Amino acid sequence: MKPPLFSYHDPRSTADVVGLLTSLDNAKLLAGGQSLMPMLNMRYVLPDHVIDLNRVEGLSHIRESGGALDIGAMTRQRDIEFSDLVRERCPLMHEAVRQVGHRQTRNRGTLGGSLCHLDPSAELVSVAAALDAKISVTGKNGARSIDFAAFPVGYMSSSIALDELVTGATFPCWPTGHGYAFVEFARRHGDFAIVSAAALIEVDNNGKVTRASLTLGGMGPAPVQAGEVERALIGEIIEEQRLREICEPLRKLDAIDDIHAPASYRQQLATVLSRRALVKAHERIGAGRRP
Amino acid sequence: MSETRNIAVTVNGKRHEATVPVRVTLADFLRHQLGLTGTHLGCEHGVCGACTILFDGYSARSCLMLAVQADGHEIMTVEGIATDADTLHPLQQAFHEHHGLQCGFCTPGILTTLIELLRDNPDPTEEDIRIGISGNLCRCTGYKNIVIAALDAAKRMRGP
Repeated sequence: MKPPLFSYHDPRSTADVVGLLTSLDNAKLLAGGQSLMPMLNMRYVLPDHVIDLNRVEGLSHIRESGGALDIGAMTRQRDIEFSDLVRERCPLMHEAVRQVGHRQTRNRGTLGGSLCHLDPSAELVSVAAALDAKISVTGKNGARSIDFAAFPVGYMSSSIALDELVTGATFPCWPTGHGYAFVEFARRHGDFAIVSAAALIEVDNNGKVTRASLTLGGMGPAPVQAGEVERALIGEIIEEQRLREICEPLRKLDAIDDIHAPASYRQQLATVLSRRALVKAHERIGAGRRP
Repeated sequence: MSETRNIAVTVNGKRHEATVPVRVTLADFLRHQLGLTGTHLGCEHGVCGACTILFDGYSARSCLMLAVQADGHEIMTVEGIATDADTLHPLQQAFHEHHGLQCGFCTPGILTTLIELLRDNPDPTEEDIRIGISGNLCRCTGYKNIVIAALDAAKRMRGP
Protein backbone atom coordinates (compact mmCIF):
# COMPACT_ATOMS: atom_id res chain seq x y z
CA MET A 1 0.00 0.00 0.00
CA LYS A 2 2.76 2.48 -0.86
CA PRO A 3 3.18 4.32 -4.18
CA PRO A 4 5.75 2.85 -6.60
CA LEU A 5 8.90 4.73 -7.58
CA PHE A 6 8.35 7.62 -9.99
CA SER A 7 9.86 10.96 -10.95
CA TYR A 8 7.95 13.97 -9.67
CA HIS A 9 7.35 17.18 -11.61
CA ASP A 10 5.57 20.28 -10.33
CA PRO A 11 5.25 22.68 -13.27
CA ARG A 12 3.86 26.21 -12.82
CA SER A 13 2.15 26.78 -16.21
CA THR A 14 -0.02 24.81 -18.64
CA ALA A 15 2.68 25.35 -21.29
CA ASP A 16 5.16 23.59 -19.01
CA VAL A 17 2.67 20.75 -18.44
CA VAL A 18 2.25 20.30 -22.20
CA GLY A 19 6.04 20.36 -22.60
CA LEU A 20 6.40 17.59 -20.01
CA LEU A 21 3.55 15.54 -21.50
CA THR A 22 5.18 15.85 -24.93
CA SER A 23 8.66 14.84 -23.80
CA LEU A 24 7.96 12.19 -21.13
CA ASP A 25 6.79 8.64 -21.60
CA ASN A 26 4.31 6.98 -19.24
CA ALA A 27 3.39 10.16 -17.36
CA LYS A 28 0.29 10.65 -15.19
CA LEU A 29 -1.28 13.99 -14.27
CA LEU A 30 -2.00 14.42 -10.56
CA ALA A 31 -4.95 16.74 -9.87
CA GLY A 32 -6.75 16.41 -6.51
CA GLY A 33 -5.38 12.90 -6.05
CA GLN A 34 -8.61 11.38 -4.75
CA SER A 35 -8.52 8.65 -7.41
CA LEU A 36 -4.93 8.59 -8.65
CA MET A 37 -3.41 8.41 -5.16
CA PRO A 38 -5.39 5.28 -4.16
CA MET A 39 -4.45 3.77 -7.52
CA LEU A 40 -0.79 4.56 -6.84
CA ASN A 41 -0.99 3.23 -3.28
CA MET A 42 -2.51 0.00 -4.55
CA ARG A 43 -0.15 -0.02 -7.54
CA TYR A 44 -2.96 -0.27 -10.04
CA VAL A 45 -0.99 2.33 -12.01
CA LEU A 46 2.78 2.39 -12.39
CA PRO A 47 3.72 5.70 -13.99
CA ASP A 48 7.36 6.64 -14.58
CA HIS A 49 6.46 10.30 -14.11
CA VAL A 50 3.87 12.07 -11.98
CA ILE A 51 3.09 15.61 -13.11
CA ASP A 52 1.47 17.49 -10.23
CA LEU A 53 -0.99 20.17 -11.39
CA ASN A 54 -1.47 21.70 -7.93
CA ARG A 55 1.05 24.51 -8.49
CA VAL A 56 -0.05 25.35 -12.05
CA GLU A 57 -1.40 28.89 -12.29
CA GLY A 58 -4.76 29.78 -13.80
CA LEU A 59 -6.65 26.51 -13.57
CA SER A 60 -8.88 27.34 -10.61
CA HIS A 61 -11.86 29.64 -11.20
CA ILE A 62 -15.65 29.75 -11.48
CA ARG A 63 -16.89 32.43 -13.90
CA GLU A 64 -20.07 33.21 -15.75
CA SER A 65 -19.77 34.12 -19.41
CA GLY A 66 -22.36 34.16 -22.14
CA GLY A 67 -25.03 32.25 -20.22
CA ALA A 68 -22.63 29.51 -19.20
CA LEU A 69 -20.43 28.69 -16.25
CA ASP A 70 -16.75 28.37 -17.03
CA ILE A 71 -15.00 26.31 -14.36
CA GLY A 72 -11.25 25.68 -14.23
CA ALA A 73 -9.99 22.10 -14.15
CA MET A 74 -8.25 22.48 -10.77
CA THR A 75 -11.26 24.05 -9.08
CA ARG A 76 -11.88 21.98 -5.96
CA GLN A 77 -15.22 20.24 -5.57
CA ARG A 78 -15.51 22.14 -2.29
CA ASP A 79 -15.33 25.47 -4.12
CA ILE A 80 -18.09 24.34 -6.48
CA GLU A 81 -20.19 23.20 -3.49
CA PHE A 82 -19.93 26.58 -1.75
CA SER A 83 -20.13 28.80 -4.84
CA ASP A 84 -23.15 31.14 -4.86
CA LEU A 85 -22.78 31.45 -8.63
CA VAL A 86 -23.07 27.69 -9.07
CA ARG A 87 -26.06 27.48 -6.73
CA GLU A 88 -27.89 30.25 -8.56
CA ARG A 89 -26.99 29.52 -12.16
CA CYS A 90 -26.48 25.78 -12.11
CA PRO A 91 -28.41 24.34 -9.16
CA LEU A 92 -28.17 20.82 -10.64
CA MET A 93 -24.40 20.94 -10.20
CA HIS A 94 -24.78 22.26 -6.65
CA GLU A 95 -27.04 19.38 -5.75
CA ALA A 96 -24.80 16.82 -7.48
CA VAL A 97 -21.48 17.94 -6.00
CA ARG A 98 -22.81 17.59 -2.46
CA GLN A 99 -23.17 13.88 -3.20
CA VAL A 100 -19.54 13.51 -4.34
CA GLY A 101 -17.54 11.60 -1.72
CA HIS A 102 -17.07 13.29 1.63
CA ARG A 103 -16.05 16.69 2.97
CA GLN A 104 -12.40 15.57 3.19
CA THR A 105 -12.31 14.32 -0.40
CA ARG A 106 -14.22 17.31 -1.82
CA ASN A 107 -11.64 19.62 -0.20
CA ARG A 108 -9.01 18.10 -2.51
CA GLY A 109 -10.94 16.56 -5.42
CA THR A 110 -11.20 18.68 -8.56
CA LEU A 111 -13.59 19.11 -11.48
CA GLY A 112 -10.93 18.22 -14.04
CA GLY A 113 -9.79 15.16 -12.13
CA SER A 114 -13.32 13.86 -11.89
CA LEU A 115 -14.01 14.46 -15.60
CA CYS A 116 -10.78 12.79 -16.72
CA HIS A 117 -11.06 9.82 -14.35
CA LEU A 118 -14.50 9.22 -15.91
CA ASP A 119 -15.87 6.85 -13.33
CA PRO A 120 -19.13 5.49 -14.81
CA SER A 121 -21.22 6.87 -11.96
CA ALA A 122 -19.28 10.04 -11.11
CA GLU A 123 -21.71 12.85 -10.33
CA LEU A 124 -19.82 15.67 -12.08
CA VAL A 125 -19.46 13.55 -15.21
CA SER A 126 -23.24 13.11 -15.29
CA VAL A 127 -23.73 16.85 -14.81
CA ALA A 128 -21.38 17.52 -17.74
CA ALA A 129 -23.45 15.14 -19.86
CA ALA A 130 -26.78 16.62 -18.70
CA LEU A 131 -25.73 20.18 -19.54
CA ASP A 132 -23.87 19.37 -22.79
CA ALA A 133 -20.67 20.78 -21.35
CA LYS A 134 -17.73 21.65 -23.52
CA ILE A 135 -14.39 20.40 -22.26
CA SER A 136 -11.43 22.75 -22.79
CA VAL A 137 -8.20 21.01 -23.62
CA THR A 138 -4.68 22.23 -24.35
CA GLY A 139 -1.91 20.30 -26.06
CA LYS A 140 1.13 20.76 -28.27
CA ASN A 141 -1.08 21.89 -31.17
CA GLY A 142 -2.84 24.50 -29.06
CA ALA A 143 -6.22 24.68 -27.35
CA ARG A 144 -9.43 23.00 -28.47
CA SER A 145 -12.89 22.33 -27.14
CA ILE A 146 -14.55 18.91 -27.04
CA ASP A 147 -18.32 18.45 -26.83
CA PHE A 148 -18.98 16.25 -23.80
CA ALA A 149 -20.75 13.71 -26.03
CA ALA A 150 -17.40 13.08 -27.77
CA PHE A 151 -15.33 13.11 -24.57
CA PRO A 152 -15.76 9.54 -23.24
CA VAL A 153 -14.49 6.88 -25.63
CA GLY A 154 -14.73 3.81 -23.40
CA TYR A 155 -14.58 2.61 -19.83
CA MET A 156 -12.73 5.31 -17.86
CA SER A 157 -11.13 6.58 -21.08
CA SER A 158 -11.44 10.03 -22.64
CA SER A 159 -10.67 11.34 -26.10
CA ILE A 160 -7.87 13.67 -24.99
CA ALA A 161 -4.49 12.97 -26.58
CA LEU A 162 -1.37 11.97 -24.63
CA ASP A 163 0.10 15.47 -24.98
CA GLU A 164 -3.09 17.19 -23.80
CA LEU A 165 -4.53 18.24 -20.47
CA VAL A 166 -8.03 19.38 -19.57
CA THR A 167 -7.92 23.03 -18.49
CA GLY A 168 -11.59 23.46 -17.68
CA ALA A 169 -15.17 23.00 -18.81
CA THR A 170 -18.04 25.24 -19.85
CA PHE A 171 -21.53 24.35 -18.64
CA PRO A 172 -24.45 26.08 -20.44
CA CYS A 173 -26.95 27.29 -17.81
CA TRP A 174 -30.69 26.73 -18.09
CA PRO A 175 -32.90 29.81 -17.57
CA THR A 176 -33.62 30.90 -14.00
CA GLY A 177 -36.61 29.06 -12.58
CA HIS A 178 -36.10 25.78 -14.43
CA GLY A 179 -36.74 22.53 -12.58
CA TYR A 180 -33.75 20.42 -11.64
CA ALA A 181 -32.91 17.37 -9.55
CA PHE A 182 -29.94 15.08 -9.06
CA VAL A 183 -30.98 11.84 -7.39
CA GLU A 184 -28.77 8.84 -6.78
CA PHE A 185 -28.73 5.55 -4.95
CA ALA A 186 -25.55 4.50 -3.18
CA ARG A 187 -25.15 1.87 -0.50
CA ARG A 188 -23.51 4.28 1.91
CA HIS A 189 -23.40 8.08 2.05
CA GLY A 190 -20.53 9.26 -0.11
CA ASP A 191 -20.08 6.03 -2.06
CA PHE A 192 -20.14 6.11 -5.81
CA ALA A 193 -23.74 5.82 -6.94
CA ILE A 194 -24.94 2.52 -8.34
CA VAL A 195 -27.27 4.57 -10.55
CA SER A 196 -27.93 8.32 -10.65
CA ALA A 197 -30.56 10.36 -12.47
CA ALA A 198 -30.18 14.04 -13.40
CA ALA A 199 -33.33 15.79 -14.57
CA LEU A 200 -33.89 19.28 -15.98
CA ILE A 201 -37.25 20.60 -17.16
CA GLU A 202 -38.95 23.77 -18.33
CA VAL A 203 -42.69 24.27 -18.71
CA ASP A 204 -44.91 26.83 -20.44
CA ASN A 205 -47.61 28.94 -18.79
CA ASN A 206 -50.04 26.02 -18.97
CA GLY A 207 -47.63 23.74 -17.13
CA LYS A 208 -46.78 21.73 -20.25
CA VAL A 209 -43.19 20.58 -20.61
CA THR A 210 -41.35 22.53 -23.29
CA ARG A 211 -37.84 21.23 -22.70
CA ALA A 212 -36.58 18.17 -20.82
CA SER A 213 -33.26 16.50 -20.14
CA LEU A 214 -32.77 13.19 -18.36
CA THR A 215 -29.30 11.72 -17.81
CA LEU A 216 -28.54 8.41 -16.18
CA GLY A 217 -25.18 7.63 -14.59
CA GLY A 218 -23.88 4.20 -13.67
CA MET A 219 -25.67 2.31 -16.44
CA GLY A 220 -22.70 2.00 -18.79
CA PRO A 221 -19.15 3.31 -19.24
CA ALA A 222 -20.47 6.87 -19.71
CA PRO A 223 -23.68 8.69 -18.73
CA VAL A 224 -26.67 7.96 -20.98
CA GLN A 225 -29.16 10.53 -22.22
CA ALA A 226 -32.64 9.03 -22.07
CA GLY A 227 -33.74 10.54 -25.40
CA GLU A 228 -36.92 8.49 -25.63
CA VAL A 229 -38.14 9.78 -22.25
CA GLU A 230 -37.04 13.35 -23.02
CA ARG A 231 -39.09 13.34 -26.23
CA ALA A 232 -42.10 11.72 -24.57
CA LEU A 233 -42.17 14.43 -21.89
CA ILE A 234 -42.60 17.31 -24.34
CA GLY A 235 -46.15 18.67 -24.16
CA GLU A 236 -46.97 16.64 -21.05
CA ILE A 237 -48.24 17.96 -17.75
CA ILE A 238 -46.05 16.35 -15.08
CA GLU A 239 -48.07 14.00 -12.95
CA GLU A 240 -46.88 10.89 -11.15
CA GLN A 241 -48.99 8.23 -12.89
CA ARG A 242 -48.13 9.57 -16.34
CA LEU A 243 -44.43 9.66 -15.36
CA ARG A 244 -44.62 5.98 -14.45
CA GLU A 245 -45.68 5.18 -18.01
CA ILE A 246 -43.14 7.52 -19.59
CA CYS A 247 -40.24 6.12 -17.53
CA GLU A 248 -41.18 2.46 -18.01
CA PRO A 249 -39.06 1.96 -21.18
CA LEU A 250 -35.95 2.69 -19.07
CA ARG A 251 -36.32 -0.85 -17.73
CA LYS A 252 -34.96 -1.99 -21.11
CA LEU A 253 -31.92 0.30 -21.19
CA ASP A 254 -28.57 -1.44 -21.54
CA ALA A 255 -26.93 -1.75 -18.13
CA ILE A 256 -23.67 -3.09 -16.78
CA ASP A 257 -23.66 -6.12 -14.56
CA ASP A 258 -20.96 -6.17 -11.89
CA ILE A 259 -20.06 -6.96 -8.29
CA HIS A 260 -22.14 -3.99 -7.05
CA ALA A 261 -25.42 -4.81 -8.79
CA PRO A 262 -26.88 -6.95 -11.57
CA ALA A 263 -28.10 -5.23 -14.73
CA SER A 264 -31.75 -5.83 -13.82
CA TYR A 265 -31.31 -3.95 -10.55
CA ARG A 266 -29.73 -1.00 -12.35
CA GLN A 267 -32.64 -0.97 -14.81
CA GLN A 268 -35.08 -0.92 -11.91
CA LEU A 269 -33.13 1.94 -10.28
CA ALA A 270 -33.03 3.85 -13.58
CA THR A 271 -36.81 3.63 -13.85
CA VAL A 272 -37.54 4.61 -10.25
CA LEU A 273 -34.84 7.28 -9.84
CA SER A 274 -35.80 8.93 -13.13
CA ARG A 275 -39.38 9.27 -11.95
CA ARG A 276 -38.27 10.65 -8.59
CA ALA A 277 -35.87 13.10 -10.24
CA LEU A 278 -38.55 14.35 -12.62
CA VAL A 279 -41.09 14.77 -9.80
CA LYS A 280 -38.55 16.69 -7.72
CA ALA A 281 -37.49 18.81 -10.71
CA HIS A 282 -41.13 19.64 -11.40
CA GLU A 283 -41.72 20.70 -7.78
CA ARG A 284 -38.82 23.11 -8.04
CA ILE A 285 -39.97 24.92 -11.16
CA GLY A 286 -40.09 28.63 -10.48
CA ALA A 287 -37.76 28.48 -7.49
CA GLY A 288 -35.07 31.14 -7.60
CA ARG A 289 -37.09 33.31 -9.98
CA ARG A 290 -37.19 36.94 -8.94
CA PRO A 291 -40.72 38.06 -8.00
CA MET B 1 17.24 5.00 -6.76
CA SER B 2 14.54 6.95 -5.00
CA GLU B 3 14.16 10.59 -6.09
CA THR B 4 14.06 13.07 -3.19
CA ARG B 5 13.11 16.71 -2.65
CA ASN B 6 13.74 19.20 0.12
CA ILE B 7 10.59 20.56 1.67
CA ALA B 8 9.69 23.11 4.33
CA VAL B 9 6.40 22.53 6.04
CA THR B 10 4.68 23.97 9.10
CA VAL B 11 3.11 21.29 11.28
CA ASN B 12 1.10 22.33 14.34
CA GLY B 13 2.73 25.74 14.19
CA LYS B 14 6.29 24.42 14.05
CA ARG B 15 8.38 24.71 10.90
CA HIS B 16 10.15 21.59 9.70
CA GLU B 17 12.71 21.24 6.93
CA ALA B 18 13.21 17.76 5.58
CA THR B 19 14.37 15.72 2.64
CA VAL B 20 11.66 13.35 1.45
CA PRO B 21 11.48 10.65 -1.20
CA VAL B 22 8.93 12.03 -3.70
CA ARG B 23 6.74 8.94 -3.49
CA VAL B 24 6.26 9.13 0.30
CA THR B 25 2.73 10.03 1.34
CA LEU B 26 2.09 12.91 3.69
CA ALA B 27 0.77 10.43 6.27
CA ASP B 28 3.98 8.39 6.27
CA PHE B 29 6.07 11.57 6.40
CA LEU B 30 4.17 12.80 9.48
CA ARG B 31 4.42 9.45 11.20
CA HIS B 32 7.88 8.21 10.30
CA GLN B 33 9.92 11.36 9.67
CA LEU B 34 8.33 13.72 12.16
CA GLY B 35 7.31 11.02 14.67
CA LEU B 36 3.75 12.36 14.85
CA THR B 37 2.09 8.98 15.17
CA GLY B 38 -1.26 10.43 16.23
CA THR B 39 -2.25 10.42 12.56
CA HIS B 40 -3.40 6.85 12.02
CA LEU B 41 -3.37 4.85 8.80
CA GLY B 42 -6.23 2.43 8.27
CA CYS B 43 -7.03 1.69 4.66
CA GLU B 44 -4.38 3.79 2.86
CA HIS B 45 -6.73 4.39 -0.04
CA GLY B 46 -8.92 7.21 1.14
CA VAL B 47 -11.91 5.35 2.53
CA CYS B 48 -11.54 5.06 6.31
CA GLY B 49 -10.68 8.66 7.22
CA ALA B 50 -8.33 7.75 10.09
CA CYS B 51 -5.46 9.74 8.52
CA THR B 52 -7.45 12.98 8.19
CA ILE B 53 -5.39 16.12 8.85
CA LEU B 54 -6.05 19.81 8.20
CA PHE B 55 -4.18 21.10 5.16
CA ASP B 56 -4.16 24.91 5.18
CA GLY B 57 -7.20 24.61 7.44
CA TYR B 58 -9.15 22.16 5.27
CA SER B 59 -9.62 18.51 6.16
CA ALA B 60 -7.89 16.09 3.84
CA ARG B 61 -6.81 12.45 3.71
CA SER B 62 -3.07 12.47 4.35
CA CYS B 63 -2.76 9.03 2.71
CA LEU B 64 -3.93 10.62 -0.55
CA MET B 65 -1.29 13.35 -0.62
CA LEU B 66 2.42 13.25 -1.21
CA ALA B 67 4.70 14.81 1.40
CA VAL B 68 6.32 16.86 -1.37
CA GLN B 69 2.94 18.52 -2.03
CA ALA B 70 2.98 19.95 1.49
CA ASP B 71 6.04 22.10 0.74
CA GLY B 72 5.22 25.66 1.81
CA HIS B 73 1.90 24.66 3.38
CA GLU B 74 0.49 24.43 6.91
CA ILE B 75 -0.69 21.22 8.48
CA MET B 76 -2.51 20.50 11.67
CA THR B 77 -2.61 16.98 13.07
CA VAL B 78 -4.43 15.62 16.10
CA GLU B 79 -1.37 16.54 18.18
CA GLY B 80 -2.04 20.21 17.40
CA ILE B 81 -5.63 20.37 18.58
CA ALA B 82 -4.97 21.05 22.28
CA THR B 83 -3.24 24.33 22.98
CA ASP B 84 -0.99 22.86 25.68
CA ALA B 85 0.03 19.44 26.95
CA ASP B 86 -2.07 19.58 30.12
CA THR B 87 -5.41 20.87 28.83
CA LEU B 88 -7.71 19.03 26.48
CA HIS B 89 -9.45 21.00 23.73
CA PRO B 90 -13.22 21.26 24.45
CA LEU B 91 -13.82 18.77 21.64
CA GLN B 92 -11.41 16.28 23.18
CA GLN B 93 -12.90 16.89 26.62
CA ALA B 94 -16.37 16.13 25.27
CA PHE B 95 -15.13 12.91 23.64
CA HIS B 96 -13.55 11.93 26.95
CA GLU B 97 -16.69 12.61 28.96
CA HIS B 98 -19.19 11.04 26.56
CA HIS B 99 -17.14 7.94 25.73
CA GLY B 100 -16.77 9.16 22.16
CA LEU B 101 -14.10 6.56 21.60
CA GLN B 102 -13.48 2.94 22.41
CA CYS B 103 -10.31 1.66 20.77
CA GLY B 104 -9.40 5.17 19.59
CA PHE B 105 -8.09 4.23 16.18
CA CYS B 106 -10.53 6.38 14.22
CA THR B 107 -10.48 9.21 16.78
CA PRO B 108 -7.67 11.41 15.32
CA GLY B 109 -9.43 11.56 11.95
CA ILE B 110 -12.79 12.26 13.53
CA LEU B 111 -11.40 15.02 15.75
CA THR B 112 -9.61 16.81 12.90
CA THR B 113 -12.70 16.51 10.71
CA LEU B 114 -14.88 17.96 13.48
CA ILE B 115 -12.46 20.83 14.15
CA GLU B 116 -13.09 21.99 10.58
CA LEU B 117 -16.81 21.26 10.70
CA LEU B 118 -17.40 23.15 13.97
CA ARG B 119 -15.31 26.06 12.73
CA ASP B 120 -17.47 26.36 9.58
CA ASN B 121 -20.74 25.51 11.31
CA PRO B 122 -20.67 26.32 15.06
CA ASP B 123 -24.29 25.26 15.57
CA PRO B 124 -24.70 21.97 13.68
CA THR B 125 -27.69 19.65 13.77
CA GLU B 126 -27.27 15.97 14.50
CA GLU B 127 -27.67 15.32 10.77
CA ASP B 128 -24.91 17.85 9.95
CA ILE B 129 -22.59 15.94 12.28
CA ARG B 130 -23.56 12.55 10.87
CA ILE B 131 -23.00 13.71 7.28
CA GLY B 132 -19.80 15.51 8.35
CA ILE B 133 -18.24 12.36 9.76
CA SER B 134 -19.66 10.03 7.11
CA GLY B 135 -16.16 9.75 5.66
CA ASN B 136 -14.77 8.39 8.94
CA LEU B 137 -15.23 4.73 9.74
CA CYS B 138 -15.48 3.61 13.37
CA ARG B 139 -15.49 -0.17 13.75
CA CYS B 140 -16.31 -0.10 17.47
CA THR B 141 -19.75 1.05 16.22
CA GLY B 142 -19.42 4.05 18.48
CA TYR B 143 -21.09 6.66 16.29
CA LYS B 144 -23.83 7.42 18.76
CA ASN B 145 -21.50 8.69 21.46
CA ILE B 146 -19.33 10.40 18.88
CA VAL B 147 -22.34 12.40 17.71
CA ILE B 148 -23.37 13.20 21.30
CA ALA B 149 -19.83 14.36 22.08
CA ALA B 150 -19.63 16.49 18.93
CA LEU B 151 -22.95 18.21 19.67
CA ASP B 152 -21.91 18.86 23.27
CA ALA B 153 -18.52 20.18 22.13
CA ALA B 154 -20.26 22.55 19.71
CA LYS B 155 -22.37 23.85 22.58
CA ARG B 156 -19.34 24.35 24.83
CA MET B 157 -17.38 26.04 22.07
CA ARG B 158 -20.25 28.44 21.32
CA GLY B 159 -20.05 29.54 24.97
CA PRO B 160 -22.82 30.39 27.39
